[in-house]
Amino acid sequence: MNDFLAQALTSFVATLAFGIIFHIPRERLIQSGFVGLLGWMAYWIIVDYHMDAVLATMVGSFLVALISQLFARMYKTPVIIFSVAGIIPLVPGGLAYDAMRNFVENDYYQAVSLAAKAFLISGAIAMGLLFSEVINQLILKANTRKKTLSKG
Amino acid sequence: MAYISVEKTYDIMEICMLAGSIMLQNGAETYRVEDTMTRIAVAYGVIDSDCFVTPTGIILSLEGSEPTKTKLNRIIDRTTNLEKVVKVNDISRKICTGTVSMKEAYHLLKDIEDEPNTYNDWVQIIAAALASGCFLIMFNGIWNDFIPAVIAGGLGFLCSTYFHRVIQIKFFAEFSAAFVIGLAAFLFVLIGFGEEVDKIIIGSVMPLVPGLLITNAVRDLIAGHLVSCLSKGAEAFLTASAIGSGIAVAFFVF
Repeated sequence: MNDFLAQALTSFVATLAFGIIFHIPRERLIQSGFVGLLGWMAYWIIVDYHMDAVLATMVGSFLVALISQLFARMYKTPVIIFSVAGIIPLVPGGLAYDAMRNFVENDYYQAVSLAAKAFLISGAIAMGLLFSEVINQLILKANTRKKTLSKG
Repeated sequence: MAYISVEKTYDIMEICMLAGSIMLQNGAETYRVEDTMTRIAVAYGVIDSDCFVTPTGIILSLEGSEPTKTKLNRIIDRTTNLEKVVKVNDISRKICTGTVSMKEAYHLLKDIEDEPNTYNDWVQIIAAALASGCFLIMFNGIWNDFIPAVIAGGLGFLCSTYFHRVIQIKFFAEFSAAFVIGLAAFLFVLIGFGEEVDKIIIGSVMPLVPGLLITNAVRDLIAGHLVSCLSKGAEAFLTASAIGSGIAVAFFVF
């Protein structure tokens, strides 16, 4: 439980700090921190249940993008304001670092397998973003259909 | 069809170009830039417009009473300031609803272009330092390493901003920042101030990670802008390898 709180707090602060680095408007900082918290906690809980990190990353980035689109519609701002900082914690920085370290230490087998894993996780981030975009477009289509139906 | 006059076409072109280049320079996705420019053009009554945006340049052509006019704008330096993107977006919304005249819109956009950053360098460095410490905890580091990671991360971000200002080579700025982080982390562990070198380095390096580039590359890919996706992906890869080699050199030193 203590761990859970620490993770929630640090992911919130880290995403918020990233918002400052990217110059996100002041009044949107809290929301972007919240997006990062949700994405990271989804990832962390799934990994905590000993499931695959690739799946966890996909779920995390999917959530980040979905909530960002929700916020973007609520506040009428571009989506990237919210999604950009939220994605950062999911970037496989640790894996890429381990891969690089093994390359430097001439352990190429280990390095290549770690690099492949990092590559898969970046792919999972892309997949998560893509799926949320699909859902977004489906909702848009459904909305316009409803409008045309009510008119006709 | 009622074509608009020549002078008006040029004015519309100026506004579109200004809005587009501010957005592109400050980190908007390519497809959003194209979308905004086309919307502005349509809102001011241009019947047919076409634009082609890549991360390094904008080509816009508008159809008027005279033969088609085309303008090319080269984008050389790119930074990240999402607040400007939001502001230009707001203005384009206003233009679309017809509440802003062409002259007003031009002045508003010029104001945005000259506006100073919301957060100054020191606030950004403190933010980067704090983020480094938080990432250390998120990657299962121990709380004893929190302060070393904060210092190393802040130092790294400071170096990256400073070197980027002195030498206009992004690769070198990121490389030297990563090198400094590596050195600092090793030194901290050597004098017994920190415990896990790996965790400190991973946490401190995170503020340099090209997150915006990765997200934008994916979003551009989804929107079908293959050229932008590839070039942004290449830029992200270059940054990642700069960080990696910076750390690698620090390894060799120790």
